[in-house]
Amino acid sequence: MDLISDRGNRITVEELNTSNLLKHAREQADRFGLDDILVVDVDSHHYEMEHLDEVLPFVENDVLKQLLMSNRAKGRGSLLPSETSFQDMGGRITRYPLRHSEKTGPGKHRDVQLGNRWMDALGVDYACLFPTQMLHVGLTTQPDLENNLCWAYNRWLTEKILPETDDRFFSMLCLPFNDPDASLRHVETFGGRKGVKGFCVTAIRTLPVHHNSYMKVYRAIEERGLALSFHSGTNSAEPLFKSLNRFATVHALGFPMYNILHMANWVTNALGERFPKLPVIWIEAGLAWIPFLMQRLDHEYMLRTSEYPGLRKPPSDYMRDMYYSSQPMEVTDMIQLESTFRMINAETQLLYASDYPHWDFDVPSSVLNLPFLSERAKHNILGGNAARLFDLKPRTAAQKKNLELHS
Amino acid sequence: MPETCVAKSDDLKDGDRVIVRIGRDEVGVFRHNGSLRAYSNYCLHAGGPACEGLIIAKVEERILPDKTSDGLYFSKDENHFVCPWHGYEYDLKTGECVGNRKLKLRSYEVIERGGDIIVVS
Repeated sequence: MDLISDRGNRITVEELNTSNLLKHAREQADRFGLDDILVVDVDSHHYEMEHLDEVLPFVENDVLKQLLMSNRAKGRGSLLPSETSFQDMGGRITRYPLRHSEKTGPGKHRDVQLGNRWMDALGVDYACLFPTQMLHVGLTTQPDLENNLCWAYNRWLTEKILPETDDRFFSMLCLPFNDPDASLRHVETFGGRKGVKGFCVTAIRTLPVHHNSYMKVYRAIEERGLALSFHSGTNSAEPLFKSLNRFATVHALGFPMYNILHMANWVTNALGERFPKLPVIWIEAGLAWIPFLMQRLDHEYMLRTSEYPGLRKPPSDYMRDMYYSSQPMEVTDMIQLESTFRMINAETQLLYASDYPHWDFDVPSSVLNLPFLSERAKHNILGGNAARLFDLKPRTAAQKKNLELHS
Repeated sequence: MPETCVAKSDDLKDGDRVIVRIGRDEVGVFRHNGSLRAYSNYCLHAGGPACEGLIIAKVEERILPDKTSDGLYFSKDENHFVCPWHGYEYDLKTGECVGNRKLKLRSYEVIERGGDIIVVS
């Protein structure tokens, strides 16, 4: 296979094989004895748009189904607003341009086979599977389209993909959040299905998460003992970001910004008081934004307490009650990172996430190599916290023993 | 110093590379613009296969005397190899990580003798 290099030159590389690409990760897993440690990855992805021919038949509305399938059949247009995105850095991240070259065998769905390859290489026992392009579904100006795409994807995932994964994959399903009534219907329909551990607000949107119309949705998720997650992302069309001229900057700012927006509204409007048993998880924004927002909100709260009538404690205390995925972990200043871990009670609130196969994925050694973490904290962050949150069982006796020892 | 024959000279043409195991290390051997270079294949970031990805010229931005930008260009004399896991770029001539040149991959001496390419470890 050839990759395009500078000035049109082509560089020959082997066709993609995930197991080969990640063989150094497997070496790390062996060195750290990861097969004896329960590892739960709370944020992994697949490329659902590669399987639209399987997904679109699940669209409910006949008119939208015809529009989508016709569009698809002729290979033009796109289903969702898209942005100029150079996730693969001009082919530097080779698994992007080479993805179609990877061979899979008969039997399980291609996404399951590919998923098992990277999970086995990284030493991951269970992974929460999120889509990729569907993370932008909130940007559509057509709520009925968002509703139908979420419905179709969630049916396909729960009926065709998750049943083939031997329970190693689970999901928090995307909600059509532009439509609270439709979101509630999704929770009521899919909330009891196997492998559904919660629901996800695709966070690339600016709707007020504290609006009264969403309370029935949160209540329904809480009543079912499921989790609510906010999965962030990038959006170069965001008005605030229109001056950003590099994808790196859009990426650096976008992920934390959407989570900051929704977290600020969530905490300020005391949703933690209204739904005390609802686990809330903040995904893929890194960690550096959390101490910033804790300090910022606490400062305002102390000066302007009258604007926080629903709170019984400072905003940062509510933020410490919530969960955070670990990726992409900013590791350039260990003292700052250690402080962040202390501020978020990482030992009980931090959940390992790889984000694989996306370009800035983290291997489990990103946690294991941290010099300031206790063994107990490492085990909890890698899998113990998520196992308790999602009721996941250790897969081996050694994992069970380690989990009991460090819990 | 142990010597390991990693390829026949004729089999490693300009622009080619080979990945070999030498002791406990995995080493990428490049022939590029007539020179032979060898570096550890373990990326300093997360341990990815640093030598196995794209080889591409350094991206430069030309700043004119009036401090305005004249846009992006590929360098004519600096080439990088890129770790395919996350995009860490390394200078092909030195093995330095171009984002922080204090970081440098372990390098090996490479000699060509009697039609063999030999890495000295």
